[in-house]
Amino acid sequence: MHNWRHDSGDAGDKGLIDKGRHAPTRRELLHAIGVMGGAALLYQAMEAMGHARETQFAGPPNLSGARPGASVLVLGAGLAGMLAAYELAKAGYKVEILEYNNRPGGRNWSLYGGDTYTELGGATQKIGFAPGNYLNPGPWRIPYHHRTLLHYCKAFGVALEPFIQLNHQALVHDSLAFGGKPQRYRELAADWDGNVAELLGKAIDNKGLDSTLRAEDRDRLKEALRRWGLLDKDMRYVKGLRSSRRRGYDRPAGGGVDGAPIASQPFALSDLLDSGIAELIAMHMENQHQTTMFQPVGGMGMIGKAFGRQVAGKVRFGAKVTKIDQSGGAVTVTYSDVASGAVNTAKADYCVCTIPLGILSQIEVDASPGMLAAIAAVPYSNSVKVGLEMRSRFWEDDEAIYGGISFTDREISMVSYPSSGMHSAGPAVLLGAYTFGPASYKFAGMSPEERIATALEMGSVLHPGRYKEQFLGGAAVAWSRSPFTLGCCAQWNEATRKEHYQTLVAVDNRLVLAGEHASYIGCWMEGALLSSLDAITRLHKRALEA
Amino acid sequence: MKTLLIALLAATPALAAKPPLDAGPAPHPGAEVYRNVCQACHMANAQGGVGAGRIPALAGNRNLAVSGYPILVVTGGKGAMPWFRGNLSDQQIADVINYVRGNYGNRYKDAVTAAMIAEMGVAAPVRDER
Repeated sequence: MHNWRHDSGDAGDKGLIDKGRHAPTRRELLHAIGVMGGAALLYQAMEAMGHARETQFAGPPNLSGARPGASVLVLGAGLAGMLAAYELAKAGYKVEILEYNNRPGGRNWSLYGGDTYTELGGATQKIGFAPGNYLNPGPWRIPYHHRTLLHYCKAFGVALEPFIQLNHQALVHDSLAFGGKPQRYRELAADWDGNVAELLGKAIDNKGLDSTLRAEDRDRLKEALRRWGLLDKDMRYVKGLRSSRRRGYDRPAGGGVDGAPIASQPFALSDLLDSGIAELIAMHMENQHQTTMFQPVGGMGMIGKAFGRQVAGKVRFGAKVTKIDQSGGAVTVTYSDVASGAVNTAKADYCVCTIPLGILSQIEVDASPGMLAAIAAVPYSNSVKVGLEMRSRFWEDDEAIYGGISFTDREISMVSYPSSGMHSAGPAVLLGAYTFGPASYKFAGMSPEERIATALEMGSVLHPGRYKEQFLGGAAVAWSRSPFTLGCCAQWNEATRKEHYQTLVAVDNRLVLAGEHASYIGCWMEGALLSSLDAITRLHKRALEA
Repeated sequence: MKTLLIALLAATPALAAKPPLDAGPAPHPGAEVYRNVCQACHMANAQGGVGAGRIPALAGNRNLAVSGYPILVVTGGKGAMPWFRGNLSDQQIADVINYVRGNYGNRYKDAVTAAMIAEMGVAAPVRDER
């Protein structure tokens, strides 16, 4: 790999760089390449310089030269399907999308006041949120390195704002720690670092690390631990103004007579171990949760709506696909109109199918035995999200919690505070449950009203007194009962990846699959989009070679 | 974040609580499993549902006639339905199969045992990625 340096004499074509008064910086060079060659070239250049490893996105595909009259049928108007349709239409294909729902977006979706949602089993919710408030039943946050999604958000005019993932002021509750009393993430995380630093220091002093550390590094590590863990001069993590700088004070600094701060008492290590704080710190540290995260202004569904505008007029809504046939040198898809039951067919030269595998496995598909086995091999996860609208932002007013997430070992697993509209009056919607594992089945088995009531009960442990008192109304979406997905996301494992993944993503005659299920970024919008770009690039190549 | 269903079910208050003295016959052990797991998709009345795809009804379901079929499906999954081997104990799987095969319009008398699950069930896959 080319290790570029600022003072390198071979900094490329200096004619691209303004005047050349100094050797071009990396940034100047990258800018020039971006201007001259577009994003794909820029990405390659950045990669050569050892940057941009956070994404496989190489810029929008430059597809062009479709054969005159060539057509593609896209199944599903989620993000993968709509991106495929948008890019293939740009390349010159005649494109039509069939979509089961009566809206674009698929799992990218927000529920607003006035919306109605009917889940499988027939339970219907009429959402009563105040104007501007919403629940994101599916995706709700965007990592900074999901460059495909960010690219198209910008291209399609989706306004973004910061999503607050980590909030030190938010709460951590574990029924077995601190007598069940929630504690601040800030205090737990500070004390975790302090305790680990002190213990490592002791290990060094007890010669426990002599075999792995050189003498001079032992001293340097000790000093680093002292600074990192806010240890005192004797390498102890103790109550004092130094440790309180991170964990907070019993009496914070003020003005005048009582201006002096009073230090707070750190927690004991065993309590920290009970609290599960290490697991939460690790979760926040994952690349997909690192700063900066985004959300669309006005709800995640703004992305689906914006994509929908780009393919306006190309989507047939309320169309339930029942058969995909590839005989006779074309793809013929049979579908029924959900409202009338009328059966129709649509025909095209090629097909991009983004239907979730759990549903696709129930549809008669004309494809290779390997493809059919792959489609049938991947089960779907489940999750339940509950939105709770509160009369006021008591978490902000009472507790100075602005955005972020509080965690609990109860089955709701978390309460997330809105990242937008901070410091405003009037009702706001909390994410009152985001369930995982067994809790998802338990919650999904309840009626929507029971889910809301249970989420309200469980979440009140974080804000006793205020939670139920301020509650106005809720909305609950159980993905296992979602009529258009039958679950949350594709659940691959090592064995199924090995046996089926390459077959699943391969072009099968005139058919190619796309979606989060055809990616290694499962359950994220970015995976759906990267899968879509890869699928249509290969399909286009195939079409030109045909 | 992977908690075992077994733990969840054990922690369910309704399971832990002793039935009142004047209660009728003890509830079927599979009923609780059905309520906490199966009805998330198959519904409380076991009628399933139909949208873009279909969740099969378990009520009056002739596929349940041969017990080997539900054993394969519950332990190994099918289509969108994930496997439950390893998340439910073999006894819980046997209980819930017996419960469904004896209720919701199903009248199959032969009982499934945990030993049958152990013998015929699909092994749980290696831990999933998420």
